[in-house]
Amino acid sequence: MVEKKFTIIDKVGLHARPASALVQVAGQFTSDVQLEYNGKSVNLKSIMGVMSLGVGQDAEITIRTEGDDEQEALDKLEETLNKEGLAE
Amino acid sequence: MSMLHGIAASSGIVLAKAYRLIEPDLSFEKRQVEDTEKEIERFQRALAISKDELEAIREKAKVDLGEDKAAIFEAHLLVLSDPELISPIEEKVKTEQVNAEQALKETADMFITMFEQMDNDYMKERAADIRDVTKRVLAHLLGVQMVNPSMISEEVIIVAEDLTPSDTAQLNREFVKGFITDIGGRTSHSAIMARSMEIPAVVGTKTVTEEVQDGDFLIVDGLKGEVHINPTDEKIAFYKEEQIRYEEQKAEWAKLVNEKTVTADGEHVELAANIGTPDDLTGVKNNGGEAVGLYRTEFLYMGRDQLPTEEEQFEAYKAVLEGMDGKAVVVRTLDIGGDKELPYLDLPNEMNPFLGFRAIRLCLEEQDIFRVQLRALLRASVYGNLKIMFPMIATLAEFRRAKAILEQEKELLVSAGTAVSDDIEVGIMVEIPSTAVLADQFAKEVDFFSIGTNDLIQYTMAADRMNEQVSYLYQPYNPAILRLVKMVIDASHREGKWTGMCGEMAGDELAIPLLLGLGLDEFSMSATSILQARSQIRGLSKQDMVELAEKALEMGTAEEVVAEVKRVTEAK
Repeated sequence: MVEKKFTIIDKVGLHARPASALVQVAGQFTSDVQLEYNGKSVNLKSIMGVMSLGVGQDAEITIRTEGDDEQEALDKLEETLNKEGLAE
Repeated sequence: MSMLHGIAASSGIVLAKAYRLIEPDLSFEKRQVEDTEKEIERFQRALAISKDELEAIREKAKVDLGEDKAAIFEAHLLVLSDPELISPIEEKVKTEQVNAEQALKETADMFITMFEQMDNDYMKERAADIRDVTKRVLAHLLGVQMVNPSMISEEVIIVAEDLTPSDTAQLNREFVKGFITDIGGRTSHSAIMARSMEIPAVVGTKTVTEEVQDGDFLIVDGLKGEVHINPTDEKIAFYKEEQIRYEEQKAEWAKLVNEKTVTADGEHVELAANIGTPDDLTGVKNNGGEAVGLYRTEFLYMGRDQLPTEEEQFEAYKAVLEGMDGKAVVVRTLDIGGDKELPYLDLPNEMNPFLGFRAIRLCLEEQDIFRVQLRALLRASVYGNLKIMFPMIATLAEFRRAKAILEQEKELLVSAGTAVSDDIEVGIMVEIPSTAVLADQFAKEVDFFSIGTNDLIQYTMAADRMNEQVSYLYQPYNPAILRLVKMVIDASHREGKWTGMCGEMAGDELAIPLLLGLGLDEFSMSATSILQARSQIRGLSKQDMVELAEKALEMGTAEEVVAEVKRVTEAK
């Protein structure tokens, strides 16, 4: 299992469009992908799971991947977060 | 063949097939199922068809409407692929042995409730997404046809109960040639959209959705407010000629595109256009608009799932200012609330939205939203002749607060080295009777007034303009309204300021003589009304209209006023 912490910098938080991008990326991997925020953990392959967390600006999130392609998945998700200007 | 009467909401004549934009009946009964495997398969088939359909819609929307509008279908597809939604449905079918419709409904409702209860601006929108996709899958389970307006690929006339801003945002302007609705009036969204799209519309027919089937051949006469259903060949031939005649009349008016708007006795007034997006500028130019008298910025905020950024707004404002090439552009700051909702703002439902938390009231409270817009406007100000207008001002204190915020943002920008124009006029909409009555005091502080007649009339007459049963009270020619208009114009002139009008009344053939006589400086209307108005004004004498207006102000009823206007203008 690998994991990494991020801070959301987008003013409106993790909203629909970038959240969709993340979910789509997560769905490309066979590993289990979890998003943790505020003590709650959801399946990052589920748009409704991600949206239900209500991640706002300055939120500290953790992405955790587990499986055959866990490192690749985590790297790709980090790349997406950066590309969408969502987190650092 | 049969015929329906309604309100002529947007002029022109069009002949095309009907397209019913109506939700199908999705009611079903809860059933027990024996073979749950087979039921799950049935569900998966409906799911697969829905996905294929959405993918096709998304691709078409990308091409026709742009990536932005297509994003909503992307979100829908994600919901349909969501393991957290799909597995519980299948689980429910298996363990509770219920039909897929019931399992889908129960599961989706649980999520919808959960999302709606969350304290986050975007959740309401997500709930709507789930509701939309659920409907689509449900339709396929029940074997009924969903309407997919973004898939329209031939010329059609839209038949609907009513059209909301999100409906019209998805319509392809290339193929939609007219609107017919059951409800609404000249000032409802469907009517305003039709005029901005320059297509004929008849609204308020009450029964068009009952009487017209998909594919029926229709004639929309947006001049008389008539709809002909499956007309005879004679009727079709007649209307094709009428259509040509109307086009010829339009061509005649078109000769006035580059002419000034002067009365027969040489008085100049300004004819401006109401616009909603930078795309509307083509219409303004083609119709000889001398300015933009009302730029409705709320369209920047609608049909999307988050607030527009400062940069997006800046680009839109800059495009309009540059496009008008130094001519005045009056930009109205965000006027949301009432009949215009933004799901992502998650505003509470109100008993009386038109009397509630809207427009400037909302902007003064939600200053983050307001300040972003003001900064974008200030930054764009150097690209043309910008005038800023605050909507729904009821008290001087509101105007002062709004102006102070504008000044603050201006100072911040200037001290950061950003160029901002030095001569931005700042004015207000006069829509609320209190402001009209106190116009003399306002005139000392504002740079201009623009009278919003749709709201001014509804607030003065205490008659909801969405309610057809009181639509008889929508009386632009009522002397009470005319007196308020006069108070505003006179007050502005005493302080050396100017008054415009950006409501429907400004482009109304019967109102124009009166408004001219009352001394209105600027008439702002749908671009398509400008040339007709110019042609009319060139035939009127200002002096005669002043006399007409003075008489009208002393009358008791709207009917008397209308009769007098007709008598005076038709005698010419």
